[in-house]
Amino acid sequence: MSNHSCIEIANEWGIVSARQAGRELSKEIGFGSVDQARITTAISELARNIYLYTEIGKIDLEEISDNHKNGKVRGIKVVASDKGPGIENLRDVMVDGFTTSGGLGAGLPGVKRLMDEFDIESIPGEGTTITTIKWLR
Amino acid sequence: MDTYETLQQSYKEILFSFLQKKNEQSLYDAQQFSKKVLEEKVSPEEIVSIHLEVIQELYPDIPPETQESFEFLLEVMIGYGMAYREHQILRNRQKELENEIDVAANMQHTLLPSEIPDVEELDIGVITVPASKMSGDYYHVIKDANGLIGVAIADIIGKGIPAALCMSMIKYAMDSMPNSILQPGELLESLNRTIEQNIASHMFVTMMYGSYDPKSHIFYYGGAGHEPGFYYSEQQDRFEELYAKGLALGISKEAKYREFSREMSEGDFVVLLSDGVTECRTEERFIEREEITALIRKYKHLSTQKIVDNVYRDLERWQEFQLRDDFTLIIVRRKFKENK
Ligand SMILES: Nc1ncnc2c1ncn2[C@@H]1O[C@H](COP(=O)(O)OP(=O)(O)OP(=O)(O)O)[C@@H](O)[C@H]1O
Ligand SMILES: [Mg+2]
Repeated sequence: MSNHSCIEIANEWGIVSARQAGRELSKEIGFGSVDQARITTAISELARNIYLYTEIGKIDLEEISDNHKNGKVRGIKVVASDKGPGIENLRDVMVDGFTTSGGLGAGLPGVKRLMDEFDIESIPGEGTTITTIKWLR
Repeated sequence: MDTYETLQQSYKEILFSFLQKKNEQSLYDAQQFSKKVLEEKVSPEEIVSIHLEVIQELYPDIPPETQESFEFLLEVMIGYGMAYREHQILRNRQKELENEIDVAANMQHTLLPSEIPDVEELDIGVITVPASKMSGDYYHVIKDANGLIGVAIADIIGKGIPAALCMSMIKYAMDSMPNSILQPGELLESLNRTIEQNIASHMFVTMMYGSYDPKSHIFYYGGAGHEPGFYYSEQQDRFEELYAKGLALGISKEAKYREFSREMSEGDFVVLLSDGVTECRTEERFIEREEITALIRKYKHLSTQKIVDNVYRDLERWQEFQLRDDFTLIIVRRKFKENK
């Protein structure tokens, strides 16, 4: 894969690097400024969760493409993974208004809405992997 | 052309006209535009982006700092966009919940008697109004095989959904009561045992139960911690408290209930009420029980249904149409011979 990068998140600097890499890649793929900002925000939220709730983790960014009925579409895939404590109550976490910070519309449900596809896999005691994609329209 | 482009086009026109003429008309158009974009669920960051694109188109040589400042603003608005989208989802969810409650409230309504049994000797009027959608007040009027007429009024402690759930249990407990026990003491004891077994320890129910024997014209009654009612004597033209001491239902398995009785003369009536009636209050104070009897007296020449309706209407107005508690008022009057 040509367009692939991996950013380690161990401190707040990591969050900024992940944002930067995400913004550059989404611009390269051809996303407009609103979508660039949305993708960056989603990456930022995921990276911040790794920074806050785990020791260390990483964000993988990748350009992808898929065959659609109207031809090939390009997109960006963001994978946030860590070997932290995992999330016990996934169902609660995905409900709006649950976030501990009381962030309005932010948190994981917010990330899900900023992106097109969202998948979360978490095993308590082993870690969390969140995979999310945005397609270029 | 998709909606985004249409919106961008009309934004461009409005903004351009404003910048040319600086008039109120364009600002009014801007207001209408914002309604339109809200309808289309366009989020704030998209508006900033539209603004930037339009400005770049209209004034290609604005300083780069100004352009970049809009990119910065767009970034800041992303958070508002997220909050906006959450708001829409929560609004839909609230609508769903309200619909569910409406359905439940309709179901609850079917627990109350659909009509008052037609009794030759009595004129019975009832009004019940919940403070919100679900009610914690219950009433029940039946005529048994022996011709006795039973009237119950109950108030479930608490309001809203928990009270409504409890009410359905009371209704079924009363329905499954053998027809032979329409006598207040026995009925309350039996009901108390059922309720005590079936509800959470912090909940309880107050009730006043009366049964009227059309042959002897005796009204037997018993109470379980319920708000006292009134007895109106036509002959003496006087209201008295109708009080029946007893422990609320659901507190102690062993509770006993005393039975009281009154012989009803023609024109005499019994008033049963829930505390939503006595706890009516105006801006500055609670309404006194004497004021309620005064109201009833004012309408006493009417049918009992008209009396309760009028009393409710007056009290509702006194407290500026804000009911603080579920309101139930029942009047049972022994008819006069001539209008029998
Ligand atoms: N990578 C992770 N590892 C372990 N727990 C996590 C992880 N990400 C999220 N969580 C848990 O899920 C909860 C919800 O996360 P979410 O990002 O939705 O909200 P938040 O971080 O509490 O608040 P906000 O993101 O709005 O500031 C967190 O409080 C945390 O307990
Ligand atoms: Mg978070």
